[in-house]
Amino acid sequence: MSDQVILRVAVKIIVPMILLYALYVQFHGDFGPGGGFQAGVIFAAGIILYGLVFGLRRAQKVFPTWVARLMAASGVLLYAGVGIASLLLGGRYLDYSVLAHDPHHGQHYGILLVELGVMITVCGVMITIFYFFAARGRETL
Amino acid sequence: MRILGLYNYWIFIFLMMVGFYILISRRNLVKKILGLNIFQTSVFIFYISLGKITGGTAPILVEGESEVVYSNPLPHVLILTAIVVGVSTTAVALSLVVRIKEAYGTIEGAEINAMDNRMPPP
Amino acid sequence: MELFINFTLLALLAVTALGVLHVTNLFAAVMLAGIYSFLSAGLFTVMDAVDVAFTEAAVGAGISTVLMLATLALVGSKVTTPEFRIESISVKGRSRRPLLPIVVVVFTGGILAYGTLDMPGYGDPDNPVHQHVAPHYLEESGHEIGIPNVVTSVLASYRGYDTMGETTVVFTAAVGVMILLSALRRRDSYGEEAWGDEVIDDMDVGFKDAFGETMDPGLAGPEREGPEGGGG
Repeated sequence: MSDQVILRVAVKIIVPMILLYALYVQFHGDFGPGGGFQAGVIFAAGIILYGLVFGLRRAQKVFPTWVARLMAASGVLLYAGVGIASLLLGGRYLDYSVLAHDPHHGQHYGILLVELGVMITVCGVMITIFYFFAARGRETL
Repeated sequence: MRILGLYNYWIFIFLMMVGFYILISRRNLVKKILGLNIFQTSVFIFYISLGKITGGTAPILVEGESEVVYSNPLPHVLILTAIVVGVSTTAVALSLVVRIKEAYGTIEGAEINAMDNRMPPP
Repeated sequence: MELFINFTLLALLAVTALGVLHVTNLFAAVMLAGIYSFLSAGLFTVMDAVDVAFTEAAVGAGISTVLMLATLALVGSKVTTPEFRIESISVKGRSRRPLLPIVVVVFTGGILAYGTLDMPGYGDPDNPVHQHVAPHYLEESGHEIGIPNVVTSVLASYRGYDTMGETTVVFTAAVGVMILLSALRRRDSYGEEAWGDEVIDDMDVGFKDAFGETMDPGLAGPEREGPEGGGG
């Protein structure tokens, strides 16, 4: 689709804003609607839009498949790791109160890390699924 | 007011049944997956409608005020999970449809059944 | 005013669902399903579920529509008519087929509608669902956890275990799609790789996929010729 000038120019301007908006939704999920799932999906949508307009090969140069696969797994690892860290620090599994010097801050840290893990996984999974669907059975790109 | 509440519930049941009907009566596999999606989304709407309080607002705590009525946050959490699980199931189902198309050459249930009945047992 | 919005959105949802039932072109059906997701996101917002509306709009109308369109690109978007017959093979039970689904659906819908006569009123603050746990979350979340968005605090802290399970489910879906759709390598008649570009090749998952076939490029079974023969 990269022979359409309007699409090319518009997508080049819009995609960075989409990625930035995803980060905004992630970090402001505590204060308004948002959180890990929405942020991960919006970030993946930005990359998918780039891939749809400029071609799968260029999207995979920007965001390689091994990075997406790694992200899908490491988000779950981060989430479970927060639980293990709580165990090691003396509390129960996924008890965030023991993660910092007082329970209030511990809850904040726990929620921040956990939502980050969710966003990383969801973003990696959506991009991975899109890449595998898009590359199936194509002779040329 | 009671009739209004009943109208709400009956529309949700109608949407659920339309999704259910698409799922069991249409033989194209992608149509079946679309029917499943409609069924799921109507169940979500039904669930969320249980948590609404008349005169309430979104469950985001307003600083300093104590007389605000908030809608129930618990159905929202459960449906958030359900939406994401639903899209995961849809992704796996669609990849199965792609493989079926490559193996049988068609995605119509009747033709797939006919090919299966024709083929000799392995 | 809110009544009017509710009424209109529900009526439009019903019309869209009937549209998905009726159209034969799969592309139109997928677009109508996207419209259905957006309308339900609007309905969620009217019912004060802003997080859910956000997620439904992003996931249901965004990712789901993209995946369906990607599938249609691989599979083809025409539906053969219900009267299609394969020449010498009769499909059993065709004469009974139109009636049984309608009977099942009407019966199930009738029973569910009968059940709603006992349900609590819509929006009533004394519903059973608003007792027990939910007031505890709303009251305690402010000073136990201290973040304004109660849905996030319930999702990540009070019900954090469920969210971990959900993240694992999402990851499992990625693994399932990877196993089913490992990249297809093909060779032209001289036995060379049809794709020379390494950025696609790294999708070889490296083990037997779900149907017992390895992705060894030397194998050229009948499944491999399917897509290039059909042409999508």
